[in-house]
Amino acid sequence: MTMSTLIDAVTGPSAPAPAPPALRMRPRGLTAEAVLIRRSITHSLRDTEALLMAVLLPTLLMLLFTFVFGGALDPSGGYVDYVVPGIILLCAGFGASSTALYVARDMTTGIIDRFRTMPMRASAVLTGHVVASVLRNLFATGVVIGVALLVGFRPTATPAEWLAAVALIALYILAITSLFAAIGLAASSPDAANAYGFILLFLPYLSSAFVPVDTLPDWLAWFAEHQPITPVIEAIRSLLTGTLMGDAAWWAVGWCVLFVAIAAVWGGRLFRRRARRR
Amino acid sequence: MTIAIEAHGIAKRFRRVEVLRDLDLAVAAGSVFGLLGPNGAGKTTTIDIFTTLVRPDAGTAVVAGADVRRDPDGVRARISLTGQSAAVDQVLTGRENLVMLARLSGLGRRAGRARADELLERFDLADAAARPVSGYSGGMRRRLDLALSLVVPTRVIFLDEPTTGLDTRSRGELWRVVREVADAGATVFLTTQYLEEADRLADRIAVLDRGRIAAEGTASELKARVGGEVVQLLGPDDEVLAERSTDGTVHGLRAAVDEFDRTAASTADGARVAIRRPSLDDVFLAITSGPAEPARRADLIGSKG
Ligand SMILES: Nc1ncnc2c1ncn2[C@@H]1O[C@H](COP(=O)(O)OP(=O)(O)O)[C@@H](O)[C@H]1O
Ligand SMILES: [Mg+2]
Repeated sequence: MTMSTLIDAVTGPSAPAPAPPALRMRPRGLTAEAVLIRRSITHSLRDTEALLMAVLLPTLLMLLFTFVFGGALDPSGGYVDYVVPGIILLCAGFGASSTALYVARDMTTGIIDRFRTMPMRASAVLTGHVVASVLRNLFATGVVIGVALLVGFRPTATPAEWLAAVALIALYILAITSLFAAIGLAASSPDAANAYGFILLFLPYLSSAFVPVDTLPDWLAWFAEHQPITPVIEAIRSLLTGTLMGDAAWWAVGWCVLFVAIAAVWGGRLFRRRARRR
Repeated sequence: MTIAIEAHGIAKRFRRVEVLRDLDLAVAAGSVFGLLGPNGAGKTTTIDIFTTLVRPDAGTAVVAGADVRRDPDGVRARISLTGQSAAVDQVLTGRENLVMLARLSGLGRRAGRARADELLERFDLADAAARPVSGYSGGMRRRLDLALSLVVPTRVIFLDEPTTGLDTRSRGELWRVVREVADAGATVFLTTQYLEEADRLADRIAVLDRGRIAAEGTASELKARVGGEVVQLLGPDDEVLAERSTDGTVHGLRAAVDEFDRTAASTADGARVAIRRPSLDDVFLAITSGPAEPARRADLIGSKG
């Protein structure tokens, strides 16, 4: 007698075998993060407008600053070497700002509620958006550098300096993306997220990105000298073109780490508190 | 009878709004339970508490054997939620949505893909599987939403207003699927503003009014509470000119007809009298508009027509 006929004999052959109620398992290790990073990358790749922007914006800005403003600012043609770090940060800021929108959208549709009612780390949604933004903006950085080389950018960096520069750029992108993610959590709607994020995009203009700080009026010079973007710019510029480093690298890393930490603490609190928002 | 959901003395307030006070509820395993209430009654808040999204200020709730406060992960392992706003990713395709959810529910890659295909077939979405969800109709989106909840056949399934905003046909399709899920042995807890939905789907219905359960029972039990037949005065095109609910006695029916007699409408051409069973509408109105006192209730219902 087989097992199944034995069971039939006990319960009667007509008894349907109800499927045992299944348990939803906690995804192993970093599976949730991997799955949601992939989701966010897919979003980036399918957003053709944003993708086009990620290529066009760096190209246009490079051309604008080199050929339109560059001649006036430095007739010898050396302005392109000066402006590359600023344009990298400007584009990274633009590219990262959509993170606020994506996060706000996930928080206001039902998606986050579904994840929160599953035994997974719901915060993996945020990890997904942040990592996708870092990759997206490293790509935009590549476009900036590519176009810059075509219009006469002559970096003097050694491979080690290139590596350090890319690492610092990645850290900056991570910092600004984290801030945008937190803004997305704080905003009451995707539109509001867009509006708040605008301020952050303005900061590079008030730094040493486009003109040396000492050419600015006194009050602005003080701000430009001490705001976080300036040391990041100076450090990248020094690594790529051999200008004076001073203590810029330490300030740059310090500011970025500080902003990641602030965004993590602030965002973490918002994420836990916003159990529900509609 | 095993209990799938049991709540005692649940209270919840948001700043000045007291949403739930002293809510008690018990749902039998394997049944479909309908929580009925007008907009703002606290239906979503109740679901949020049972699904661990919101902590109650007071009271206890045990869902699928796990306490929502002490063992939220235990609850999460045994439930699924289809919320009021669609929880589908608009950019991804239907299949990608399902595979993603399967992976997030602990299924492996292959198992996830197999499960996705099975659900796409069952929910009549196979043809649209490779299209981005942004191009789906409202009904398709809701079906996908529900399919996502069934990626793991959990013991308890929460549906918050599953058919709000759907046309009649999509609503009917969704009802069929919910029935199937229930027949497969799961407990379904749904909220709705539609009496017909509760009537068609739910084994038991609870009416939520001012933060507590005002009435609970099967649809016929609830209808019986309102009283007997409702007498209607119909116009030539079957439009309802007036309605009086009665206690179902000969005397009561006659009194209702006498009352119609005194109105001008009863003498209009083609006017006639009809008698119908009380509907869930009558129950709802009676329960949510004040103390359940027969005379007043009759007036309230009568004034509706
Ligand atoms: N997070 C919140 N903050 C403040 N008020 C809330 C919040 N969530 C719900 N409410 C209020 O609680 C009441 C009940 O809401 P809800 O549970 O969504 O009702 P229903 O789902 O029955 O329409 C409403 O008055 C609503 O405004
Ligand atoms: Mg609701």
